[in-house]
Amino acid sequence: MITFNNVTKTFEDGTKAVDNVSFTVNEGNLVTLIGPSGCGKTTTMKMINKLISITSGKITINGNDIAHEDDVELRRNIGYVIQRIGLLPHMTIEDNVALVPKLKGWKKSEYLKKVDDLLDMVGLEPNIYKKRYPLELSGGQQQRIGVIRALAGEPPIILMDEPFSALDPISREQLQDELKLLQKNIHKTIVFVTHDMDEALKIADEIVVMKEGGIEQIATPSQLLQHPANNFVESFIGEDRAKRAIVSGETRKANAIMQQLPSTLETSNMHVVTQDTAIQEVARVMLLKNTDTIIVTNSTGAPTGLIEKNQLLQELAGIKEEVQ
Amino acid sequence: MEAFQVFLDTILTRQDLILKSTLEHLYLSFLAILIAVGISLPLGIYISKKRKVAEFYIGITAVLQTIPSLALFGFLVPVLGIGAVTALVALIIYALLPILRNTYTGITGVDEGIIEAGEGMGMTKRQILWKIQLPLSLPFMMAGIRTATVLTVGVATLATFVGAGGLGDVIWRGLQSWNNSLVLAGAIPVALMALLFDYILKLVEKKVTPKGINL
Ligand SMILES: Nc1ncnc2c1ncn2[C@@H]1O[C@H](COP(=O)(O)OP(=O)(O)OP(=O)(O)O)[C@@H](O)[C@H]1O
Ligand SMILES: [Mg+2]
Repeated sequence: MITFNNVTKTFEDGTKAVDNVSFTVNEGNLVTLIGPSGCGKTTTMKMINKLISITSGKITINGNDIAHEDDVELRRNIGYVIQRIGLLPHMTIEDNVALVPKLKGWKKSEYLKKVDDLLDMVGLEPNIYKKRYPLELSGGQQQRIGVIRALAGEPPIILMDEPFSALDPISREQLQDELKLLQKNIHKTIVFVTHDMDEALKIADEIVVMKEGGIEQIATPSQLLQHPANNFVESFIGEDRAKRAIVSGETRKANAIMQQLPSTLETSNMHVVTQDTAIQEVARVMLLKNTDTIIVTNSTGAPTGLIEKNQLLQELAGIKEEVQ
Repeated sequence: MEAFQVFLDTILTRQDLILKSTLEHLYLSFLAILIAVGISLPLGIYISKKRKVAEFYIGITAVLQTIPSLALFGFLVPVLGIGAVTALVALIIYALLPILRNTYTGITGVDEGIIEAGEGMGMTKRQILWKIQLPLSLPFMMAGIRTATVLTVGVATLATFVGAGGLGDVIWRGLQSWNNSLVLAGAIPVALMALLFDYILKLVEKKVTPKGINL
């Protein structure tokens, strides 16, 4: 668990890059820091492994103030994927990936196996790539190496600074999936910096939205979509509200969107769905029954509301507000 | 053709002098470079960590280098007297700048991102120096040493004026006696020596350039 307590960073030249920030990354969670360029994401991240010193405030990892930890020891247990990749050009891919395990004194057979496993994981055939030098790889391949290098020492915490920015959309999606799986399976605590809201929504357990060194909102992806804290967050989520529907739609039930039942309405021969039916399912029923209005019932079967076809379409498309 | 015959005769008759002077020349140049490397490499590494004072040190060596070489030998005589030591000191002063500057630019030129990655992975300062900065700046250092060597071999011809011998002796005797063949018999070995060192050091430079950085 990583905790920021009123952390501020002012650089020597007076730039206040991070301003009184507090948040917690729970163990096994993936938290993304997101915000426009220059808002302090990288600075926030680098304070965790002490590459940047804190001006005031406190950061703790599992309750221990990092100010009291030895820099080198701390860093060997925190994987770090640097924004500029930073592979060592004079070392082979194998040596790059094995760097932290070697620093930690692993046996040769252990780290060699680790290198192979990790290369396999990111779809780079070990026998082809491990003896190559970084400059013999494409930008995207280098970025994958940057990612697995941070995993090699099996650190419980991983910091990733825009790790997938140089990848094509397909490999990017693929690595996002891998990362999510990895985090779920081996319970890594990950702090992930990104510019890309889609990426954040896809992989994050929690999203920290930053602006000018401060935090605008901390929320789960669906909370963020449904209840943006202010205009800034809203605009950062983007005009593309379809995104909203994709995530929020999954969790939304018929009773969340139903209208009040007019007391005069005769419901006995109308089609019904129960109140905790997902709205996608409601749409399916409507299409199958070829009806424009459907009745929502509660757990005892009593009618409690209705949904109309147009309204449902708007909900599914995520354009409710504009139409009203 | 006749001039060439005279030249060959000169070499034959003066071969003892030429050989002795060549060895002296080699010895002076080699020792001067060795000591200059011994000073500038550590100093270059040191100042690369103190960028504020670096310009100062490099400035000093740059100023020293602007002193005309003959004048520098002249300045040193009243202080150190005549002899090999004076010649060595002058040569070392000349060789310092290229090595110091190249070491400094080599080390400070290593991409920040690479250093940061090293730090971030938990390498110590020493590990970063030995495993990242030095290997990556080695080609620069070698290039500096190469420049310094060629320079030193040339300037060492002036050692004769402080009584330190070298091929300058041969050239100077030739000039005094209007003997062009003798001048050449001194000058050509200097040129060959410079070319040879340059060539060898170029090979070394290639050899020490880490695989992977010039693909
Ligand atoms: N060493 C430094 N000295 C002075 N100011 C700095 C330094 N490093 C960063 N800054 C400033 O601090 C602010 C935050 O920088 P930071 O690198 O954290 O931004 P970021 O959110 O990661 O941006 P990006 O998305 O472009 O990577 C910026 O205004 C930047 O110019
Ligand atoms: Mg950044």
